[in-house]
Amino acid sequence: MRSGELVERQQVIISGVGGQGVLFVTRLLAEVAIRSGLEVMSSETHGMAQRGGIVVSHLKVGGFAGPLVRAGRADVMLALKEENLSLHRHFLRDGGWAAVNAPSPPANGNGICVHALDADRLAKESGLLRGVNLIVLGFLLAEGSPFPFFCGPGQVRSVLESGTGKTAADSLRALELGLIHGKQHNEEIG
Amino acid sequence: MSEKTLMIGNEAIARGLVENGCAVATSYPGTPASEILSSVVSWQRRAGIPMHIEWGINEKVSLEIAYTASICGLRSAVAMKQVGLNVASDPFMSAAYQGVKGGFLVISADDPGPHSSQTEQDSRMTAMLAKVPVLDPDSPRQAKEMVALGFELSERFEVPVLLRPTTRVCHAGQDVSLDEVSPGNLGVDFSKDPSRWASTPKFRLGQHRRLVEKLEEIADYAPTAPRRVNPGVAARRAVVASGVAAAHSREILEEAGLLDSLPFYQVLQPFPLHRSFRDHLLADYDQILILEETSGVIEMQLADRNRTLGKLTGFVPEAGELLPETVERLIREFAGLAGETPSPVETSGGRRPTLCPGCPHRASFYAIRKAAPRGIYPSDIGCYTLGLNLGAVDTVLCMGAAVSQAAGFYQAHKLAGKETDIIATIGDSTFFHAGIPPLIDAVAQNARFVLVILDNSTTAMTGNQPTPALGVGAGDTPTTAVDLAALVTACGVGFRRTGDPADLPAFIDLLREALAFSRSTGPAVVIARHPCLLDRRQKNPPPRQKVTVTAECNGCRACVTTFECPALAYDGETGRVSIDRLICADCGVCVHVCPRNAISEITEEEGTP
Repeated sequence: MRSGELVERQQVIISGVGGQGVLFVTRLLAEVAIRSGLEVMSSETHGMAQRGGIVVSHLKVGGFAGPLVRAGRADVMLALKEENLSLHRHFLRDGGWAAVNAPSPPANGNGICVHALDADRLAKESGLLRGVNLIVLGFLLAEGSPFPFFCGPGQVRSVLESGTGKTAADSLRALELGLIHGKQHNEEIG
Repeated sequence: MSEKTLMIGNEAIARGLVENGCAVATSYPGTPASEILSSVVSWQRRAGIPMHIEWGINEKVSLEIAYTASICGLRSAVAMKQVGLNVASDPFMSAAYQGVKGGFLVISADDPGPHSSQTEQDSRMTAMLAKVPVLDPDSPRQAKEMVALGFELSERFEVPVLLRPTTRVCHAGQDVSLDEVSPGNLGVDFSKDPSRWASTPKFRLGQHRRLVEKLEEIADYAPTAPRRVNPGVAARRAVVASGVAAAHSREILEEAGLLDSLPFYQVLQPFPLHRSFRDHLLADYDQILILEETSGVIEMQLADRNRTLGKLTGFVPEAGELLPETVERLIREFAGLAGETPSPVETSGGRRPTLCPGCPHRASFYAIRKAAPRGIYPSDIGCYTLGLNLGAVDTVLCMGAAVSQAAGFYQAHKLAGKETDIIATIGDSTFFHAGIPPLIDAVAQNARFVLVILDNSTTAMTGNQPTPALGVGAGDTPTTAVDLAALVTACGVGFRRTGDPADLPAFIDLLREALAFSRSTGPAVVIARHPCLLDRRQKNPPPRQKVTVTAECNGCRACVTTFECPALAYDGETGRVSIDRLICADCGVCVHVCPRNAISEITEEEGTP
């Protein structure tokens, strides 16, 4: 069980670089929200920017009209590269929190709580080279996580399970890997 | 209750087309409109209804094909990005005069920002120029509703209708309902009427008069009238918004508690603005804040500069996307609310877009720099615009301009008695779109340059749509393949050879031969043929060649700067370059790039270092 509260209204930023599967995570979470009966709005990056450049998605769950998250309004950020945290942390509100793919935890600050996992290393070690996105998502949703979120790992798992083939299997493996390491992390920080 | 599914705006528009009996849909890909047509294919297959769906060679051809289906009585649609509407503007203007039979939607996706475009132009202005009504959705859901609304409007007044989503609608995701699919009317009935369908100037005057009358009637058409979001609220000031600016405004007004005190209207049809609405605004309000993207289209139809605050009065910024932070600041200022509002943060920096690891264009650009180090390099619209990073792209104007700009550089330099090597680059899809006429022109005028057609057998930038050379169309249905090389020869080009840029030394030699021909004889064309790595349709992917950086590396970084592959990274700690295995595509081209030969091939048995 996650210990964080399950909320029905949330603004999330997902930030990475082209090829990391930012859009995949965004759509996955949006699908989870819809299956939970919540309204969603999201905004994606397409086109030239996708070619190795910074890709950022906005996800707003629960009755919003516009697709964009304003500066200082996001509750949560998933940063699939360490550099994206500093690039997009202005989206986070006071008391917001971030899960970042980084070898060591970057500094907290501005009332933002940052948790780090070396997802690049885990992806390489486990041969899940395309799995960084789901490892970070698993980390975010792991048991013991104190943060409020609009869904838990079970709902994400069930959407992933409706996919087929090697990609779906790899996605599930990556999610589980993130969940395991997230649980350890949450136990360590108590 | 109908099923709800996550759809981006483009998927929702496509769903709207299929649900509302669209029989013919055409498009040329361009961000942010690219996913519309591929989604039409998906929904059409799911519904099992007959349609003609086509990736046209360009927007003009696409519009003409869909329009003609409409004058045969079928519902039809054409989708493109805003600069595509420039290409299609010729038939668009005339179609407005001749009018339609079956509902005809022209979908032109604007890109305020711009995020992935050459301009921030407002297609609603083009609609005004053409005297065509335009609908401006605020979300994927509304975009889908407006497809139905647009078809009805189009048929009722026998006029083309422009549907103008923006990037924040096209690429916004939302839970959208799946409604029933009603199969289209396939009763094709072209009634010959030369005074209408082949109208000469004499008849065009009458058609113009009729079009003006139609616009007056459309300005009274109830289903597209502006919506009062908060009826009953009275004040001397009001906010009027359309498109995604209306969505931002609604959220911000609600949050600031202003919906109880500030009348708020959403305009669905910015042109022609409804007459009763215009009269009501000017009669009942002293000050009207108008929030719209990208130009002041609603504002200019109100035409009372003393009461409006908008783009024309300078209150709302005229360039750039109307981000929610900006909307918040403007609304608070307009409503006289105190307090700080955060401004939008420019997230420049980070990392610049770059060609993918293993992209064949990188090898082509590297070869171009080697073959003509002091050349001029006109280029074009596509992934390969990112050849900028390798210093191998000097100009990018618009689709097809690489070829005409190469000719222009030649003629200007020749006039001044200067000789310079010119190597232009254009993608295969862009060549088909707008590169053929300027190549014929170059042959006729004997403009001397080398044109490299970067043939990766796909339209890569926009998501790997097929080109006419592929022999497959939308949804991978079989088409007749057009021979690119034969086409170049048929343009009259004297030197035409094909090479594989991944074989770097041979490709550089080929470019040198082409340059020699261009200096002495006339335009030369090199087709650089190598498949796009992202294209899953490619049947024969090139062999993979693992490489490693040996101890010979002295950290000179020549590979990082001149080859600019994201998989080659300089490590400050070791003072050497290393290969990022997470992203390396094993193309093996960088072996030829290191001046010390410190990048070498490894066999599978040696394993990954």
